[in-house]
Amino acid sequence: MKLMGFLLLVAGWTLVLAALALLPSGPSQVSFVLMALGIEALGLTLVFRSHLALGRDRK
Amino acid sequence: MTPVSPGELSESGFAICFILILLIPCSAAGLALINAGLGRFRNAAHSMASALCVVAVAAGAYFFVGAAWQGYAGQPAYALRAAGRDWNWIGAGRFFLRGVEFGGASSLAALFGLAGAGLAAIIPLGSGADRWRLGSSCASTALLAAVTYPLFAHWVWGGGWLAQIGFLDSGGASAIQAVGGLTALSITWILGPRRGKFNSEGMPSALPGHNAVLVLLGCFLAWLGWLGLNGAGAILFTGTEVTRAVLIAVNTTLAASSAALAVAAITRARFGKTDASLCANGWVAGLVAASAGCAVIRPAGAVIVGLIAGALVVYSVEWLELHLGVDDPGGSVSVHAVAGMWGLIAVGPLAALLPGGRPGQWLGQLVGVASLLGFVLPLTYGLNWLLNRLSRQRVAIEGERQGLDLYELGAGAYPDFLTHNDDFWQR
Repeated sequence: MKLMGFLLLVAGWTLVLAALALLPSGPSQVSFVLMALGIEALGLTLVFRSHLALGRDRK
Repeated sequence: MTPVSPGELSESGFAICFILILLIPCSAAGLALINAGLGRFRNAAHSMASALCVVAVAAGAYFFVGAAWQGYAGQPAYALRAAGRDWNWIGAGRFFLRGVEFGGASSLAALFGLAGAGLAAIIPLGSGADRWRLGSSCASTALLAAVTYPLFAHWVWGGGWLAQIGFLDSGGASAIQAVGGLTALSITWILGPRRGKFNSEGMPSALPGHNAVLVLLGCFLAWLGWLGLNGAGAILFTGTEVTRAVLIAVNTTLAASSAALAVAAITRARFGKTDASLCANGWVAGLVAASAGCAVIRPAGAVIVGLIAGALVVYSVEWLELHLGVDDPGGSVSVHAVAGMWGLIAVGPLAALLPGGRPGQWLGQLVGVASLLGFVLPLTYGLNWLLNRLSRQRVAIEGERQGLDLYELGAGAYPDFLTHNDDFWQR
């Protein structure tokens, strides 16, 4: 779950770069960047949850 | 606004910028005192010694390679060509500061970078307090000051791709604060919580700091340091006129004040009493949040930035501890990462003083935040995870019980101090 979370973080950032490089300035670029941020938020949630689960396992 | 090229600063501008940079070590001293005061008394000397050592290591690492990779606008850099444009991603300067012409703006940028690397290195010490080995914190700092910090600082201040798309960060809310704060988050994950912090049901117990006076004194020192940090950064990296240093100082002070007052009001309303350590965290969070847009927002905007930064700190500290199991004794993640990213986002809607208004400014700021989360966090976590595989970063259980002062330094900060049974975690 942790690895998946970090992969989602990197994937979100890659989408941001792709939006900047490939899309013209305008609503499509903005929505692409916002979607990529959503993916990053999902990745961050997964990483937090994996560490929470890891802490419980340690106990 | 475009970065100043070497030689563009007037003599008086150079002198003022130099004096402002000389104030930055006060912010490092302030953060070191805050970290020491929020830790336990048996780790106080270790905390201060760690701060001094990581600043020294950061200076060395930045001198060896960091300055070359950070570079400066207008100096050589490596760029990738994609989709018809150049993506400037890393400086191509010479190692050991050999390409720096002392006497020009590039030498000021190198001095600023040296101080900034030291400041960023102190931030994770707050989250790793009471359990992070001295050697490991130094090794982690070497990676931070040689790789993570210069790389992101190049993107923001060295004419890198983020600067090219219009991302704005005058005083280091991203390159210094958020990079340090996200490294702090990685460190808390890798080290795990302190012994006795969470019970078997996962509920946290309070482990209060040992000296509130140190913490609050640290806030005053940090204030002085931030006046220099924000002023020098704005003049050097965003081409702000020297005369605007007054506005920067006013905005910085207003943001810190409103953040501290917001925390005082919220904690009083929720808990019946004002929480001193959270007020200190709020003060610093206000300083951090102001760093991004201090040169381009109006004083009323700085108050809004500070109020929201203060509120964010209260709820973020609670959320991280109660719901996400993060043990961050110094509040570094909330104060530097969360407030830093808020300050960056706030530049979008509040940057009223930008030439031309820049209607698309907020998109550039969002891309900067996305880069912090999507690039810096995985990078800094990966580097520290590797370091932990090579050599365990957390101190042995005996060291945690005995206290890092005695265990790693051989002497305590307060040799005449009486100890109480309830100061020790349950064995």
